[in-house]
Amino acid sequence: MRSLRTPLGRVRGLGSAKEGVGHWWGQRLSGLALVPLTLWFVISVIGLIGADYATFSAWLGTPGNATMMLLLVFVVFYHAQLGLQVVIEDYVHNEGAKMASLIAIKFATVALGVFCAVSILKLVAFGG
Amino acid sequence: MAEFALPANSRVQQGKTHKAPAGAKNVRVFKIYRYDPDTGANPRLDTYEIDLDDCGPMVLDALIKIKNEIDSTLTFRRSCREGICGSCAMNIDGTNTLACLKPIEDVKEDVKIYPLPHMPVVKDLVPDLTVPYAQLASIKPYMQTQTPPPPDRERLQSPEERAKLDGLWECILCFCCQTSCPSYWWNGDRYLGPAILLQAARWIHDSRDENTGERLDALEDPFRLYRCHTIMNCTKTCPKGLNPAKAIGSIKEKMIERR
Ligand code: SF4
Ligand code: SF4
Ligand code: FES
Repeated sequence: MRSLRTPLGRVRGLGSAKEGVGHWWGQRLSGLALVPLTLWFVISVIGLIGADYATFSAWLGTPGNATMMLLLVFVVFYHAQLGLQVVIEDYVHNEGAKMASLIAIKFATVALGVFCAVSILKLVAFGG
Repeated sequence: MAEFALPANSRVQQGKTHKAPAGAKNVRVFKIYRYDPDTGANPRLDTYEIDLDDCGPMVLDALIKIKNEIDSTLTFRRSCREGICGSCAMNIDGTNTLACLKPIEDVKEDVKIYPLPHMPVVKDLVPDLTVPYAQLASIKPYMQTQTPPPPDRERLQSPEERAKLDGLWECILCFCCQTSCPSYWWNGDRYLGPAILLQAARWIHDSRDENTGERLDALEDPFRLYRCHTIMNCTKTCPKGLNPAKAIGSIKEKMIERR
C-alpha cells in the first residue's frame, strides 16, 4: 500500500506497549536459576550412570530430588518459551504467521512441561 | 520473514575500472559501490586505481581525489573531515566507520567501500536516513522540565551529575552503530536502534531533565527497547569509541529500578 504518512507518524506508530520489563527480567531470572539446576542435573546424571530402574526411581523418589527435577522442568520450559518468543518476534514479520507461531510455542511449552511434571509425579507417587 | 538475500534489482554487478596514471609507483585499488536511481540499472562495483604518493592519508582523501580528478559522478556525504559532523559514515573494509578518520594504511589489500548497510540507498554512498532521523525526533532529544528556568542563571548541575553524561554527549549521530545492529536490520521500523537509544539515555541520565518517567514510559516496549539482545556490534563499530550497548543496559536498569 502506498502511504503518505509522515516518517514521524510511522515511527511513533501505535505508541509504546508499556511492557517488556517483565519479559526481560523473567528471562534473566530463569537463566540465573538454570545455572545451579543444570549443574545439579548433570552431576546427578553422572552419579546415576549404570544405575538400574529401581535405583533411579528410588533416587527420584526422595523429596529433594523430585523438587529439583520439577523445578528444572518448570524453569527450562519457561525460559524456552520466553526465548522462542524473542526469536519469532525478531524474524517472523507476517502478523498472521507471527501470532500463530507465538500461540503454538505457548501451548507446546506448557503441554510439554505438564507432561514432564506428570511423568515425574507418577514415578514419585507410584514408583513407576 | 526477515529477508537474508538482496532482491534481484539490488544485486551488485561488476562495474567500470579506472586505471592508475602511467608511472604511478604506490598504487592502491579502491572498489566502490555505485548506484544511480536515474538509470534504473543494478548497483555496480567500480574499481579505481589510486596513486597513494599523490593522495592524502585517509579514505575520505581518496574519495575526494576520485571525485575531483577521476570521476565527478561519485556521490558521498562529507563536511568536517575531522570526525565531528558524522556525515561521512560508510562501510569500509567490512566495518561501518567514518571515512575521514579511517587511514587507508589500515586496510590490507583492496579498499572496499559500501554505503551503510541495510538502509535504502539514495545514490552511491548516500543512504536514506529518514527513518533514524524520525526516530531521533520521537524520543524528544532536548531538555524537558516542569520547573520554569531560574530568572538569573542557567539550570545547575553538579560536576558529579555532569559526569554521568560522559560517554553519551560525545555521540555525533553518524549511525555507524545503528546500521551495524542485526536487530535494527530485521526490525528497524519498530526497534529504535543503538544510536537513538544512546540519545535517549543521554536525556534519561541528565539530572536537569524532569521528564525521566515519561521518557522511560515511551521506551518500555518489546520492540522500541527490548529488541536489543546485547550483540555488541554497535560498541565494536562506533568510530568515536562510545558504548551504545552499555547505554542501553543503563536504560534497562532504570526500568527495573522503578518497578
Ligand atoms: S554512538 Fe558512535 S556510532 Fe553510534 S551514532 Fe553515536 S558516534 Fe556514531
Ligand atoms: S548491543 Fe543491542 S543495539 Fe548494540 S548491536 Fe547489539 S542488539 Fe544492537
Ligand atoms: S566528514 Fe565529518 S565526520 Fe567525516
